[in-house]
Amino acid sequence: MTEPLVQLEQVTVEFDGRPVVDRVSLKAGRGDIITIIGPNGAGKTTLIKAILGIQKVHQGKVSLATGLVIGYVPQQLLLEATLPLSVRRFMLLSGQPLDECEAALKRTGVHHLLDASVHHLSGGEKQRLLLARALARKPDLLVLDEPAQGVDINGQAALYQLIRELRDDLDCGVIMISHDLHLVMAATDKVICLNQHVCCSGYPADISQDPAFIDTFGHQVADSLAVYHHHHNHSHNLHGDVVSRTGAEGACNHDHH
Amino acid sequence: MTIIDAVLGDFFWRALIGGLGVALVAGPLGCFVVWRRMAYFGDTLAHSALLGIALSFLISVPLNLAVIITCVVIALALVMLSRTRVLATDTLLGILAHSALAIGLVTLSFMPNVRVDLTGLLFGDLLAMNQQDLLWIYGGAAFVLTLLAVLWRGLLMSTIHEELARVEGIPVERLRLALMLMFSLVIAVAMKIVGVLLITALLVIPAATARRLARNPEHMVGLAIIFGFVAVTGGLTLSWHLDTPAGPSVVVTAFLSFLLVYSLARKPA
Repeated sequence: MTEPLVQLEQVTVEFDGRPVVDRVSLKAGRGDIITIIGPNGAGKTTLIKAILGIQKVHQGKVSLATGLVIGYVPQQLLLEATLPLSVRRFMLLSGQPLDECEAALKRTGVHHLLDASVHHLSGGEKQRLLLARALARKPDLLVLDEPAQGVDINGQAALYQLIRELRDDLDCGVIMISHDLHLVMAATDKVICLNQHVCCSGYPADISQDPAFIDTFGHQVADSLAVYHHHHNHSHNLHGDVVSRTGAEGACNHDHH
Repeated sequence: MTIIDAVLGDFFWRALIGGLGVALVAGPLGCFVVWRRMAYFGDTLAHSALLGIALSFLISVPLNLAVIITCVVIALALVMLSRTRVLATDTLLGILAHSALAIGLVTLSFMPNVRVDLTGLLFGDLLAMNQQDLLWIYGGAAFVLTLLAVLWRGLLMSTIHEELARVEGIPVERLRLALMLMFSLVIAVAMKIVGVLLITALLVIPAATARRLARNPEHMVGLAIIFGFVAVTGGLTLSWHLDTPAGPSVVVTAFLSFLLVYSLARKPA
């Protein structure tokens, strides 16, 4: 492993004096896939915005490799309906030549939509368009915010498979937010569970050997493919403070049960 | 007397040429107003133009310059205030739009030795257009169109998806400022023709009409300019023959073409 593409050291982001991202450290290199999971309001999107450099960091340091090109796939392409836009025009706005844009669209499987209006695309097609858009820039690091949102179950699996293939093709790093843990587990090198602070992190192989985790994981897959329940040995009160279930304030020993 | 002198010497032709110049820049900027949902923002800037007029009499600065500077200052204040999130942006706009208009009117009333044609300022005046105004309009139009052409990709990208644009290294904030400067300029030059109360209509209606027929952003801009031309030509002709106020006549024509296009054309891409 050469120098990391991106490295976060004790990064804290505050909104109105309240930490939304609390002393998070992580490192991503070429070939890594890091998946950030966590409940709503856990600071997942804020964290990746800090990585992208569009969110001010109050403490800690975000270091990017020199000349790093980031391909960003935002949560959803919410387009203003008053703005007429074709897929071709949207791709060309990346500033890349048409043949690069077309190649990227072919890679993500939506080249046939080249002359379609972006307003007529389905959720899955929009995500693939955004992915193509990120791809056209030949990124060293792909950052995806819930890439499978609005995509049906079959489409989700295919999309994560595609992201893994792209990592291999481009030899890039991948950082993504996802709720689809069962799909993520198959594709991910490392999972970070965030709830303001890093609750737990590790490689799927290590985590999934934990019988308690298999229990959780199996139960959830059987229950519903879409919903993910994640159990901790601690809870959070409304302020996001750690409340131990055994009563010891601030306990967070990062085990699953 | 040459033909050019004859044309520029006639107030109707002066107004028409000036109006077409305004429509030329109102087209593309109107598209941005529609795309970025800035109609109310445009109204606020236009209303603050009256404050600029009052100030120009108060400290004897050229009228157009005072209006541009006032609009820019109000625009910057709006951007900064909306960042503090003390009030919702539309509430903030509601406060500033009407306060600026009211302060402008009150200030003007304190200057009894200054005779201002208030109706002309509020609703536009065909007769008010002089050759110097034409110079301002076409100078301003050339400046705005050049700036738009240079900044086009960045402006469009930050309109489509601000965060994506930021990640791709587009200077979103600076482009926002450039856009405000352009709005201020257009308001300053369009004021004489349609009046401060109706400028937003000249920005929004042709662009909204164009949306129905357009397939891509540039196409929409071109069509908005054409609909602007139609509105100005039709409106001023109406005003000339029936002695109706210039600004409202232009807006009525724009509205009629909007109705016509929306009742005839299919739903767009």
